[in-house]
Amino acid sequence: MRALTTLPLFRKSMLGLAMAGALGAAGQTQAGEVEVLHWWTSGGEAKAVGTLRDLLEAEGHEWKDFAVAGGAGDSAMTVLKSRAMSGNPPAAAQIKGPEIQEWGELGLLGNLDSVAEEGNWEELLPGVVSDMMRHDGHYVAVPVNVHRVNWLWANPEVLEDAGVEMPTTWDELFAAGEALREAGYVPLAHGGQPWQDATTFESVVLSLGGSDFYRQAFVELDEQALQSDTMIEALTTFKRLRELMDEGMPGRDWNLATSMVIEGEAAMQIMGDWAKGEFTTADMQAGEDYLCAAVPGTDEAFTFNTDSFAMFQLDDDEAREAQKTLARLILEPEFQQTFNQIKGSIPARPDLDMSEFDRCAKRSMQDFQAARDADTLVPSMAHRMAMRSDVQGAFFDIITNYFNSSDMTAEAAAQRLVKAAELAM
Amino acid sequence: MKSASPSSTASMSGRLQAWLPKLVLAPSVVISLCFVYGFMLWTFILSLTSSRMLPSYDFVGFTQYARLMNNERWWVAATNLGVFGGLFVGCCLVLGAGLAILLDQRIRREGVLRTLYLYPMALSFIVTGVVWKWLLNPGLGIQAMVRGWGFESFTFDWLVDPDMAVYTLVIAAVWQASGFVMALFLAGLRGIDDSILKAAQLDGASLPRVYWRVVMPCLRPVVFSAVMILSHIAIKSFDLVVALTGGGPGYSSDLPATFMYAHAFTRAQIGMGSASAVLMLCGVLAILVPYLYSELRSRRHG
Repeated sequence: MRALTTLPLFRKSMLGLAMAGALGAAGQTQAGEVEVLHWWTSGGEAKAVGTLRDLLEAEGHEWKDFAVAGGAGDSAMTVLKSRAMSGNPPAAAQIKGPEIQEWGELGLLGNLDSVAEEGNWEELLPGVVSDMMRHDGHYVAVPVNVHRVNWLWANPEVLEDAGVEMPTTWDELFAAGEALREAGYVPLAHGGQPWQDATTFESVVLSLGGSDFYRQAFVELDEQALQSDTMIEALTTFKRLRELMDEGMPGRDWNLATSMVIEGEAAMQIMGDWAKGEFTTADMQAGEDYLCAAVPGTDEAFTFNTDSFAMFQLDDDEAREAQKTLARLILEPEFQQTFNQIKGSIPARPDLDMSEFDRCAKRSMQDFQAARDADTLVPSMAHRMAMRSDVQGAFFDIITNYFNSSDMTAEAAAQRLVKAAELAM
Repeated sequence: MKSASPSSTASMSGRLQAWLPKLVLAPSVVISLCFVYGFMLWTFILSLTSSRMLPSYDFVGFTQYARLMNNERWWVAATNLGVFGGLFVGCCLVLGAGLAILLDQRIRREGVLRTLYLYPMALSFIVTGVVWKWLLNPGLGIQAMVRGWGFESFTFDWLVDPDMAVYTLVIAAVWQASGFVMALFLAGLRGIDDSILKAAQLDGASLPRVYWRVVMPCLRPVVFSAVMILSHIAIKSFDLVVALTGGGPGYSSDLPATFMYAHAFTRAQIGMGSASAVLMLCGVLAILVPYLYSELRSRRHG
């Protein structure tokens, strides 16, 4: 008897469940899943990505995290290639610079034109950046942030102790170097890894040649520019910087070099603004406990390193909707501001309110806007923004070999740069 | 019919017995055929294409090999392999044999000493690399220590000297592997019949002469296997370079394995990376084939 009475009840509840399910499904027709491949796995970076995840989930979509740590993105790229080859790429992947074009040529990237039009990206983004995000005229990627590479960081206490000012020309820098040496400090902290050598070198080139020369040499790979006197002078100055470094520098990681500045062992470091993360972790305030200035002679110019997410072609409509939502959210002020404050970079769109940011970031944004207007915004060669990865690799080899070799002349190095540039032709 | 059934079951079980080993071995044969030899073949095919970021099948003949031959960094890597491989194998053999002979003199606490020497082999090359990186760093390692003792002019900066960096690899690798070679030699020494030694001594041979003319020839197979093991360690060395020098200063301590990784995985030059991988395989074969040949031949004769 008892069983009979409970049966209708059970039926009713089943019906209710089914209805609820149907309603729920109806309410979330737009819900899709976005799989995002990235290599932001360290503490601060992971937190920064978390903000994007929260925003996306608030819109009712699902975020599927696909983080691959290690090798400054090399491991992530290897995974991405194998996924793409098996015909199953993630919805979005952290791809930057000219690599976006390489993926675009393979016909794997989706089209974001509708989102771009709605969000008016054309107006928001500086021309160099938006060109980088487009393949064949269509938006395929969205920029997350802008790092400035041509920064000189310094420890004011050390400078004061040696009685020198923040240098604004190379002569001043070398003079300051001597004073600092005498006071027992390492003038310039550096890590002898190819990308760090290239980071320093590109700043020297930008300083001595200006942004037009920089573009000719590193973007257009112009033969004349690469073997010009300016390039040879830049190579010579670059090599002279070795005098300011300590002998333990080969192979050192960049953050160890930064900690030399933090601990007052070294006075200055040429590094992109991700170095700020190290200073912040050491509880130092921008402008007070540590100083930031453009590398001597590059005040007017801005070497940028932009992280971006490229969006892959998807078959599923819901997933495509979620992907577009992700693209829209990335450029919205809320994400740009929270993310970039954590990451140490500045927003990719120059129109945002910077009051929450620290002094160096504000300075960076000012220079970013000024450089956009003066057309002195140049892509960083050392950070895979300016040239194809094979040419860049060959450039790295030459720069680092020249920097470390005792008998290679600047002329010989310039000739080899020309030869390497022919690779790209 | 009745008489046929027991014989057929017997033949069934017999057939099963004959097939069972093959059946059990089949998966591993298939796996290694596919994932080892198949991929070797695929790498070779890729080395004939113009593949850049992703594999493509646009065949260009031996262009990638020609580019490799014109690539200065490849030659630095190949020369380094020659220097590193030669010194590494040579030093390990000499040190290993020397230690084994000394340990074989019926000394006390042999077990403890043997373990001490063998222990570095238990470390991974990454650990060895990092430890030696600290030791050899002029700012914090041996040089700083000796200078701290008052010898201000003492310099030992091989790690940061492009001409000497490859020798730091040799130091670290020899430190790690010579204990293992010692163990091989020790086992070989223990296997030598005492009566041979006694006979040599009766003939009035001095101790060094006994070792050089009698013991060492007996240990030829040990030398052979040691050379085989060490040379393949040398050719595939990757982790040690990455941890110790990172290929630097510049790319002065690059080895073919790090060259291959850099080109195939970070520089979007899969074609050239594959070509260098194939050349490395040829290097291994050049050592392996004579070894197999001599092994098989001696077995046939024996």
